[in-house]
Amino acid sequence: MALLEASNISIQFGGLKAVDQFNLQVNDNELVGLIGPNGAGKTTIFNMLTGVYLPSGGDIVLDGKSIVGKKPYEIVKMGASRTFQNIRLFKELTVLDNIKIAYHHDLHYSTLSSILRLPSYWKYEKIAQESCLEFLDLFDMRDYAETLAKNLPYGKQRKLEIARALATKPKILMLDEPAAGMNPHETQELMETISLIRKNFNIAILLIEHDMSLVMGICEKIVVLDYGRVIAEGTAEETKNNKDVIRVYLGE
Amino acid sequence: MTKKMFKNYMVNFAVVSIIFVILSLMMSGGILSKYYQGIIIFILINIILASSLNLVTGFLGQLTLGHAGFMAVGAYASALTSIVLKSIISDLPLLLVSLFVGGVSAGVVGIIIGIPALRLRGDYLAIITLGFGEVIRVIINNIEITGGAQGLTGIPRIASFKYAYWIAVVVILVLYRLTHSKQGRAIKSIREDEVAAEAVGVRTTYYKVLGFAIAAAFAGVGGGLYAHYIAFLDPNTFNFMRSVEILVIVVLGGMGSLTGTIVAATILTILPEALRGFAEFRMLLYSFMLILMMLFRPQGLFGTGEFKWQGIYDRTLKLRKALMNREKKEAVDGSTRGE
Repeated sequence: MALLEASNISIQFGGLKAVDQFNLQVNDNELVGLIGPNGAGKTTIFNMLTGVYLPSGGDIVLDGKSIVGKKPYEIVKMGASRTFQNIRLFKELTVLDNIKIAYHHDLHYSTLSSILRLPSYWKYEKIAQESCLEFLDLFDMRDYAETLAKNLPYGKQRKLEIARALATKPKILMLDEPAAGMNPHETQELMETISLIRKNFNIAILLIEHDMSLVMGICEKIVVLDYGRVIAEGTAEETKNNKDVIRVYLGE
Repeated sequence: MTKKMFKNYMVNFAVVSIIFVILSLMMSGGILSKYYQGIIIFILINIILASSLNLVTGFLGQLTLGHAGFMAVGAYASALTSIVLKSIISDLPLLLVSLFVGGVSAGVVGIIIGIPALRLRGDYLAIITLGFGEVIRVIINNIEITGGAQGLTGIPRIASFKYAYWIAVVVILVLYRLTHSKQGRAIKSIREDEVAAEAVGVRTTYYKVLGFAIAAAFAGVGGGLYAHYIAFLDPNTFNFMRSVEILVIVVLGGMGSLTGTIVAATILTILPEALRGFAEFRMLLYSFMLILMMLFRPQGLFGTGEFKWQGIYDRTLKLRKALMNREKKEAVDGSTRGE
């Protein structure tokens, strides 16, 4: 069975059918790309998959459980985490604190033990400090641990956002246009980050992207969307030669 | 606990104790008159009120304008408790029990108001909390048990300087520890970006209500201290302007800085008193100072940072190093020139 399965999900904004009968399957360890022209409904689909929008029809099943109607933080706990198109970091906090916030669920101490500084506070804060620093090591960002997130260069901010999403220990990671606004060098670094994730974590990745070289280069399966409908699905080769896809991207 | 942190705790505790000893010696020695003692107690009450509001406005990032309402709930709840119990128990336990009752009831009201109100953000939240604050005042004005518009009398006057001082210390300590923990990080993440916070698994509603309730509870404690110092409660002292006064302290001290709040509460409590000599120009000067402050230091006295002794130590060390380097350089320059 697929790790993430969306069946016939639709959503309407007023009279506009933004997404119509959308189907998607992502298997364990698979890297799926979701592409389509501007306004095709890609981010809307992301927002439904992560609980920001409630689909008006259809069902989304993550790891055997339906996530329709669940709150975003509950879906994170169930194993789906995401990044945003326009980077959303906790800007005035340090890089380390950004990661620690995502690590939140593994720290089991109550408000009372923070106020009284009970042993459980020290124990779990120590664990948090160590594991989050290790986590930064993995992304080669330990030197930035005490830097404020807003002071990082653009490429590193994106990297931190991805690292933060991974710190919630997801089964599937959803990246919303990670290469948006990046120069070729930064895109290269991003591709390295993604392959690093695939090597070190056993997770599936769902990727929205405009940058064709990135999508064609790394995705195993590509879903092409136009006006809220799937118009093609398959490997990079198959979609590249699909007539509908060429029509949508290049015009007739 | 690391050695360094233990040292910091000890240094802070020593400083807090020394200030306490100096102030109480000055009071018993007659250097500080009753008038100045009153100002100092008002500073302490304002520190409690403003630092609790800072948890909501500074750390949680939600603008609320109804803090005086929670202060009123705490003041009346604790005053009524001590009126009932004053013949049974002695001063200190009476004060503690009534402040506890005041804090808990304000906290409960905070939860009741917080759950619906915190669904809103920004200006909407400010308006709705303003409304709730006024509702509380009007209710107190119109029921019998609180004495209504005539005010509440017969409250034992038991909030002396020493009690107020240590209660303020405890409130600051609790808020500091809370903001430097996993709960504190979650609260700050909501201030930074609520959507992102939810997307990394922070239960935003829970933490918003938690922060709001704790702030309300401490406002209740502040109100309770006020009731037991003034020994008379008039519902109209807890009006909208009172909430704004507290908010001004928070903004001036720096949203997200507890030490900033302490300094700002001290300045803004003393300032109107110190300006009494200017008679009708008093409020004008006060407002003028606020305007200047916002023009030249909009982030507040301390920004989001905290004052640390370690910081002063590091800075002097740096300064000394820089001076030594300069001397060395001058010496080298001098010797080359000599050749």
